[in-house]
Amino acid sequence: MPSQPLAPPPMQPAQPAAVVPSAPPAPGAPVVIRAAGVGKKFVAYHKRATSLKERFVRRDTTSGEDFWALRDIDVEIGRGQTVGLAGANGSGKSTLLKVLAGILRPTHGSVSVSGRIASLLELGAGFNGELSGRDNVYLNASLLGLSKREIDRLFDSIVDFSELRHKIDDEVKHYSSGQYVRLGFAVAVHVDPDVLLVDEVLAVGDEAFQRKCLAKIAQFRDEGRTILFVTHSLDLIENMCDRILVLESGGLIFDGQPVVGTKLLRQRLGSLPADSPIPFDLAPVKPTAVAFSRNPGGPTEVQYDPGEQLTVSVELDLTDSAPQYVYLHVEIMGQGEIPIWMMETPPGGVSPGPGTAVVDFVVPRLPELLGAFAINVRVSDAATGQPVTVRRFEELFGVSGPQVAGLLKVDYEARLRR
Amino acid sequence: MSRVADLSTLPKPEPTRGAPANRPRGSGARHVDHRSRAQTRVRWELLRNLIRKDLKVKYKGSSLGFAWSLANPLLLLAVYTFVFQVVLKSGIDNFGFYLMSGLLVWNAFSGSVSAACGAVVGNANLVKKVRFPLLVLPLSAVGFSAVHFALQLAVLFVVMLGFGYSLLGPELLLLIPAGAVALLFTVALSVLVSALNVRYRDTQHLLDVALLAWFWINPMVYAFGLIENRLNEWTWVYMLNPMAVVVTTFQRAIYDPPEGNSTGSAPILADLGYRYYLEHLAIAGLISLAVLWLGLRVFRRLQADFAEDL
Repeated sequence: MPSQPLAPPPMQPAQPAAVVPSAPPAPGAPVVIRAAGVGKKFVAYHKRATSLKERFVRRDTTSGEDFWALRDIDVEIGRGQTVGLAGANGSGKSTLLKVLAGILRPTHGSVSVSGRIASLLELGAGFNGELSGRDNVYLNASLLGLSKREIDRLFDSIVDFSELRHKIDDEVKHYSSGQYVRLGFAVAVHVDPDVLLVDEVLAVGDEAFQRKCLAKIAQFRDEGRTILFVTHSLDLIENMCDRILVLESGGLIFDGQPVVGTKLLRQRLGSLPADSPIPFDLAPVKPTAVAFSRNPGGPTEVQYDPGEQLTVSVELDLTDSAPQYVYLHVEIMGQGEIPIWMMETPPGGVSPGPGTAVVDFVVPRLPELLGAFAINVRVSDAATGQPVTVRRFEELFGVSGPQVAGLLKVDYEARLRR
Repeated sequence: MSRVADLSTLPKPEPTRGAPANRPRGSGARHVDHRSRAQTRVRWELLRNLIRKDLKVKYKGSSLGFAWSLANPLLLLAVYTFVFQVVLKSGIDNFGFYLMSGLLVWNAFSGSVSAACGAVVGNANLVKKVRFPLLVLPLSAVGFSAVHFALQLAVLFVVMLGFGYSLLGPELLLLIPAGAVALLFTVALSVLVSALNVRYRDTQHLLDVALLAWFWINPMVYAFGLIENRLNEWTWVYMLNPMAVVVTTFQRAIYDPPEGNSTGSAPILADLGYRYYLEHLAIAGLISLAVLWLGLRVFRRLQADFAEDL
């Protein structure tokens, strides 16, 4: 019966735990975007040598306040997937998009994208206000990789889409900001991309324009193109995407179905109650069974007398991404769904590590009570206090005592058994 | 009343949406690779569009437009002729033509390098938002200057012919190798400084000062012979400067020296043959290639971080 002392939690939350390992693209679809072990470090601006003097005078430019905008991102996106990229501000969404677009170089790891990319990081980037709409269309499309022949062929379609035929020979500096982005969007979507990367583009423009953008993106999706887009609109992700990537502090914490990912994100952002747990299936720590016995590891027994010793054993299944310190809260439910007593690990939690583990709650002297009808087990990350999951077990045991109402004070001891 | 949130029964998304019938897309990896490359390889069309944009923007809204650029060398010609022939008495016959034959190519060079230096920094917004072959930025600065240079040279020729100057001759063919070396060296240095300036913004200031000094180590406002008289057997060091070689060759090609090729105290042209120039151009070409190699290496190395450094 080896037990281990309960370790205190670390003061800083560790890297966010990945809730689910990467969901591979649908079988059969060729991988279009592949990111392997991608990390991106930004060096704090004042730390970087931006002049020759600094270059030669201060050589230790690597020390100090580096900021990891992305850490260990592993993603494969198959052709035809529509993927939403979500996360709080500063979680690394735009950085990831720029790394995939080939604009930023990852500090480590590798990125490969096959096919022509249209990155709508900013609509009308590179437009020159002094030039006419027509000239800018040619210039912009040329930058995005189109040949003159292609542009000639597409020009009318671009102008029609932008609804700016009457102004196409005016200088772009005389366009309204809405007209400006409309022209930019029109060019970008006519690049005939294999991969479309979109960054919060829908935050600009009026409602009609937004609808038009969405319709175009939906059309791309239905044509089987690969789309990756950053948005804060979780509803949009639920409606448009067949996959979501959730980032937190630069780490990928979820990769899978949009409805699940958005729920997780809403919890993280506090727009869902903090105690609404992660869906059980996806939890990195799952309580798999509860057993009653006299001694830890002993045979299961269901009938006890007051004053006897009882051990409530909670079996856990932990994935590799489980938090290092796990906090358990066990409620013994009496008749009528009323908790009779509660037991928990110390606030620092226990450190079971990946695999299976058992936490024993040993009650040396059972008080007088009738018995238990159900057990609720709550699991949280001891370091962050984030709830991980909740599970109810319908196991029961009987004690030859009276029915009690209200909470009992019960002495117990929590031990980790491997 | 299960409190276990179990979402495993949610419908799975469709595995793939097949390619639509009306739009054949999957013509294989080669097709896709080709499209990828189109976004990262320098394309002449893109370069031409960028140069055309620069030209259009520059002359937008000025009624004389291009004429300004052409008037510029004529104005220089008049001013320098007055200063050096009437006031300072340099002793070089037709000083204006001597000067212009070297100055135009120098101006093209220094204008290119100076503009290229700011080319990446000046297009920060583009570099940070769009993936395209970044090398086109310094190259378009060179192209812009090259267009001006060609036109200015044409104007100079017209003026010279107008004055009845004997311009036409086999020596004009020297312009071809000299122009090639000038272009090579200009591209090489432009690429180098455009990349360096992104990381080290002092490059621009350093370059301004360097170009100012560099102007004087080319025999443009003085006769080449003055250098030869001072340096003697060390003249080859002076000629390690590819621009000095280019300038002297341009002068040999365009300028017709007076009898004796002398200001009275020093020869004006470096040599009256062709071989001398071709040999020096070969060396200058090799130096330019070395700089180009360095420039491309530096550019390739630094360009991945341009978006971050800007």
